[in-house]
Amino acid sequence: MTMLTILSKELRSYFSSLIAYVVIAMFLIVAGYSFYTYLVMFLTFVGADLKVGLWQYTFHYLRFAPLTLIPLLTMRLFAEEKKMGTIELLFTAPVRDLDIILGKYCACLLVYGLMLALTLLYPALIALYFSVEPGPLLACYLGLLLLGAACIACGTFVSSLTENQIVASIVTVAVLLTLWNLDWNEGVAGRQAVAVLHQISLSEHFLNFIKGVIDTDSVVYYLSLVFFFLFLTRCSLATRTWGLK
Amino acid sequence: MPAIEVEHLTKTYGSARGIQDISFSIERGEIMGFLGPNGSGKTTTMRILTCFFPPTGGSARICGHDILEDPFSVRRSVGYLPESVPLYRDMTVADYLGFFAGIKGIPRRARAAAAAEVMERCGLERHARRMIGMLSKGFRQRVGIAQAMLGSPEVLILDEPTVGLDPRQIAEIRDLIKSLGGSRTVILSTHILPEVSMTCDRVIIMYEGRLLAVDTPANLVQRIQALPRLYIEADAPADGLAAALIRVDGVRAVDPAPGQSGSSAACILETEPGAAVTNDVARCVCEQGWTLRSLGPASMTLEEIFIRLIDEQEGRA
Repeated sequence: MTMLTILSKELRSYFSSLIAYVVIAMFLIVAGYSFYTYLVMFLTFVGADLKVGLWQYTFHYLRFAPLTLIPLLTMRLFAEEKKMGTIELLFTAPVRDLDIILGKYCACLLVYGLMLALTLLYPALIALYFSVEPGPLLACYLGLLLLGAACIACGTFVSSLTENQIVASIVTVAVLLTLWNLDWNEGVAGRQAVAVLHQISLSEHFLNFIKGVIDTDSVVYYLSLVFFFLFLTRCSLATRTWGLK
Repeated sequence: MPAIEVEHLTKTYGSARGIQDISFSIERGEIMGFLGPNGSGKTTTMRILTCFFPPTGGSARICGHDILEDPFSVRRSVGYLPESVPLYRDMTVADYLGFFAGIKGIPRRARAAAAAEVMERCGLERHARRMIGMLSKGFRQRVGIAQAMLGSPEVLILDEPTVGLDPRQIAEIRDLIKSLGGSRTVILSTHILPEVSMTCDRVIIMYEGRLLAVDTPANLVQRIQALPRLYIEADAPADGLAAALIRVDGVRAVDPAPGQSGSSAACILETEPGAAVTNDVARCVCEQGWTLRSLGPASMTLEEIFIRLIDEQEGRA
């Protein structure tokens, strides 16, 4: 119940502080342009598989949204409350830490979900002229949503570590890009190491989804990242009881 | 059962000491003042009582609930205004109070009424729809107090509720706090002496993390003034004034003090207990042909009171 109170307050502050509008607008400009570019490319090189290929290219490009825009959404979650001292009111109110974390996390996830939902315009436009296969498209959206869910959890955790929003966003970008690139050193890492890195890097699982494959492994992978980072957030909030302040 | 019972509370931050072996109890309906300079452990004590962080040692019970075993019940029975008066500046007063009503578990339907009630109590009705960031410091302070009062908690803990306000606002906040006495238990902290004597039923004096005294303001003033001190100011050479006054019977020590104007010299006199020396001091100044500008009991600064109390305690020990 208190979780919903926090969620609705967070949502309101996203939209009253304009952050949500700015981030969504930026996203739609870049996403719209990339969709347009790929669409033109597929129409020019006739013969390419529009049904899967267009979505594969477009969504591969859209990964920029979770990796670079989500840190801008998550940076304020805890850092702002710490800076303003309002965290002290939450910590001394009859609220569980978990309610605070989930309320904030879900508010950010909803903003991100709205952002993605607005791009449904693209398949709707395509559907006017061509037939659109829902399966691969669904996989693409699910992949982007899950990737975002993991990134938001990561950003929530980083934001709980500092009271400086800029630091929170920069560190989140760094962590996310590292997690994304983790398996890019195939040339030098041993085969066993690469096998592990493939499993834990953000990119490998995402590529599955945009190929139109919904792999349980990948779903579980992203969900475990969400749990992992939210768990770390809870630990980070609990450090106040260690007397470190 | 007392509203607040604190036993041997201790908190250390790494190697730095927060508070040390604090014990006291507060009855229901009492207004208790925490008096002490900055860094004396007032905020630390309040943060422990509000379950912001746990103590390193000792225990405390609020309305019968232990802060370590049942922090949720403690939080439900306590309203807290932190020293920094944290507020969401991009919210309106009504939204802010509505949000905290929800956080405090007030059912959705009752939230607006609860917010309206505390707004009326704190004189905020006309500002309900204003952004908190646009309010003056005094009104923001009231929003903070209104937040603490939401849901009628049995205990109110207010950390420096009047700091940074102008005298008129201080008087208003003081009246508000006084009006709570009797029905609620209130702890408020301050480093201003008159504030405590005007608002509080009893005072806890803290210094460097230790509890120096728990008493009524009247008793404390009496204890402190057991050693009478006089302030004197006259148009005289500073050395001459001190040299003349130390010879007066009943004057134990003379300390130079800053005078009100440049041309005059001033001293603080420590006199023998029970000795009536005022007449002799005045005569001494007049006999020298100096103009007496001021003579009366010396007011003590808070620092001096603390030093007095520490001396008193160590002398006893």
